[in-house]
Amino acid sequence: MNTRCSVRGGKRCSGVIYESSVVQCRCFRARKGGGSASLFCWEKGIHTSAAFRCILTNSTICPFFTWRVLFWFCRITMAGSFARILSSKRKVGILSLVGAGSLTVGFFMNREQHVSAGAHVRRIYPPSAEYPDLRKHNNCMASHMTPAIYAKLCDKSTPNGYTLDEAIQTGVDNPGHPFIKTVGMVAGDEESYEVFADIFNPVIKERHNGYHPCTMKHPTDLDSSKIRGGQFDDKYVLSSRVRTGRSIRGLSLPPACTRAERREVERVVVDALGGLRGDLTGKYFSLTQLTDQEQQQLIDDHFLFDKPVSPLLTCAGMARDWPDARGIWHNNEKTFLVWINEEDHTRVISMEKGGNMKRVFERFCRGLQEVERLIQEKGWEFMWNERLGYILTCPSNLGTGLRAGVHVTLPRLSKDPRFSKILDNLRLQKRGTGGVDTAAVGNTFDISNLDRLGQSEVQLVQTVIDGVAYLIECEKRLEKGQDIKIPAPISQFK
Amino acid sequence: MPFGNTHNLLKMNYSAEQEYPDLSQHNNHMAKIITPEMYADLRDKQTPSGFTLDDVIQTGVDNPGHPFIMTVGCVAGDEETYEVFKDLLDPVIEDRHGGYKPTDKHKTDLNPDNLQGGDDLDPNYVLSSRVRTGRSIRGFCLPPHCTRGERRGIESLSVEALGALDGDLKGKYYALKDMTEEEQQQLIDDHFLFDKPVSPLLLASGMARDWPDARGIWHNDNKTFLVWVNEEDHLRVISMQKGGNMKEVFNRFCTGLTKIESLFKEKGHEFMWNEHLGYVLTCPSNLGTGLRGGVHVKLPNVSKHEKFGEILKRLRLQKRGTGGVDTAAVGGVFDISNADRLGFSEVDLVQMVVDGVKLLIEMEKRLEAGQSIDDLMPEQK
Repeated sequence: MNTRCSVRGGKRCSGVIYESSVVQCRCFRARKGGGSASLFCWEKGIHTSAAFRCILTNSTICPFFTWRVLFWFCRITMAGSFARILSSKRKVGILSLVGAGSLTVGFFMNREQHVSAGAHVRRIYPPSAEYPDLRKHNNCMASHMTPAIYAKLCDKSTPNGYTLDEAIQTGVDNPGHPFIKTVGMVAGDEESYEVFADIFNPVIKERHNGYHPCTMKHPTDLDSSKIRGGQFDDKYVLSSRVRTGRSIRGLSLPPACTRAERREVERVVVDALGGLRGDLTGKYFSLTQLTDQEQQQLIDDHFLFDKPVSPLLTCAGMARDWPDARGIWHNNEKTFLVWINEEDHTRVISMEKGGNMKRVFERFCRGLQEVERLIQEKGWEFMWNERLGYILTCPSNLGTGLRAGVHVTLPRLSKDPRFSKILDNLRLQKRGTGGVDTAAVGNTFDISNLDRLGQSEVQLVQTVIDGVAYLIECEKRLEKGQDIKIPAPISQFK
Repeated sequence: MPFGNTHNLLKMNYSAEQEYPDLSQHNNHMAKIITPEMYADLRDKQTPSGFTLDDVIQTGVDNPGHPFIMTVGCVAGDEETYEVFKDLLDPVIEDRHGGYKPTDKHKTDLNPDNLQGGDDLDPNYVLSSRVRTGRSIRGFCLPPHCTRGERRGIESLSVEALGALDGDLKGKYYALKDMTEEEQQQLIDDHFLFDKPVSPLLLASGMARDWPDARGIWHNDNKTFLVWVNEEDHLRVISMQKGGNMKEVFNRFCTGLTKIESLFKEKGHEFMWNEHLGYVLTCPSNLGTGLRGGVHVKLPNVSKHEKFGEILKRLRLQKRGTGGVDTAAVGGVFDISNADRLGFSEVDLVQMVVDGVKLLIEMEKRLEAGQSIDDLMPEQK
């Protein structure tokens, strides 16, 4: 794309069109990230100096795809005069908008964040003085952070301005968790995983049990017809549930999003969900308009997300502006739910009472694919790449972002000392029935898959189905006074 | 630059209207003052260290209201915040500090000899007396915005300066990181230590980041003079003792504070101060003197009187529970302190407390004896 750059004095270059339709070289944008002359092209998955940032969708893409992006923009905002100018491809029109404002816009867009004319600069300390004290910490970030990595990354930022300190703040503020080893860092946007790869990659590798982000590829498979079994005895399995998350490409993630971005996520998703039909027809409930009773009922039914009290979430900044632009959408039967703007842009959940996990997963896949189609119709897409699968806020949810589980009663097995080992070998994890930060009540456990990344959705759900079947089998044997066996560990990456 | 607000440039892609917070359920000073026009005007500004409007107001957006007091709903990230965002903060200050105008000047008076009386509050009623204030070190960002390096810098400067105190002010520094759980709990129970940050008012503004890094408490051997480092402000200076001798408490307070200031000056640092806002602190409610002088006093009868609130208002006093700002009173024992911070000098404020508490105790005695207190009702100060 060759248009005149307003800052480099009319030279032709592959530039970036800003909202005010000022055209400037990407070299100005790239400088903000620490002098790197190349950006990451999400389409090709490579670094290239030919990539630039599209301000309209906020993704960095090769110029080859520019016009496709611009046409998406045109479809969304047909009324805008800007769109008319672009679609008519009148170069004269573009240049005529480059007026006196361009220089101030350029200055504004590119000034260093901590200097204004005539005033003192912020007190700068060397990285060693800024390095967090992680001696009492036990989370994945603390296990892999080193002064060298910190020094290398501490003055970098993603194109949106997200920094390393912001990414690790939750891990610094929360040394450990009583039940699980937490991740201790979050992503503020899609580019975080790239800009801060030096710390994200080892954390991902540890958290996902050896998955190597640089060399391995993640498979995606939402074909529910491949599932075998999955219909459990209601006597043991009280409910079945599959959840995942999806992020809207081009908008920052909950730790970093602005209010307007968050509202945009809400608007885009609610608009798409309005197009669901049949057994998926449903309604949106904005958190700002729910009555207290409605809200409490939804919480008790395990439908709604918690008010943010967990310091893991609040320290990462996800609870800002609560409850603005948060809400829950569900179908009339309350078997398909979408949470908006909690820990991720969207959390998609399929659930029902009883043990028919097969049907739950079938609805899950169908609903998810339909939502994706509806979003794409409007020119949006989910954050995804073939190294990391679906991109979500917490590195622990990368890949499938899928947690498939059941609430199952195992009065005898749960007291057996081999219970934990059996779960380990089946690659399952247990939680309390209140969710991730709770302990089990009575003999009912939430049993779900341990893995998220490196296996497809179908593979993970099958793992859960096979595993739960085995657990119920053990429980039945113990009922009859028979002995049980610890199963051989199943392989992790298929 | 912490928290997700500081990449201000990203927000400029959206209109002010799209970014404007929903304050329909809110009741704090910031929510009362801010308008969409003001937001549009100020949102592209930053202080030299990068503190933005959204950083200022985030705590007010996240905390619609407080059960006991009308909160301010905004904080400063550095000294320049009060200048760059004066369009918002001046009206907030005016609202909070009883009509203090942007052109008013604030008087500082730390001469304890100017206090009259105060050594004779009835110890049968007054359990303890306490005066606190805060100080910020010029050139450093305030707790909502400071980096770990800055916070540690503040700590080491403070510890160095405090280490030079002598006489009855000679003491020792305890870094929060190195304290045992028992030491820490003991200090909290003695009302010496600051709370682990649980108040959402503090958490939402980012003051609790990296806890407990570079936080600590310094106190003299008698535990009558204490300095908190890096809690809600750079320094909180506290003079306290059991019983009702407020004069002695104030005396020690002034002496210690003046000494600390001169020790900082020796090292080439000074406190944030100007003649309009007095001492500059994180929360606009603590500007001016930053002084809260108060007592824990037993007022089981007066507190149940229908006019209790009115009496306090006229005396320019406020009540709190004995656990601090976010608590309720226990067993008829109240924390009674000055309501004002700005526009009155330190001596003025402590005088109000001394005079006011004397009156309240007299009222309490009357009510105990079953007598009326109508003739004791004070005029509005």
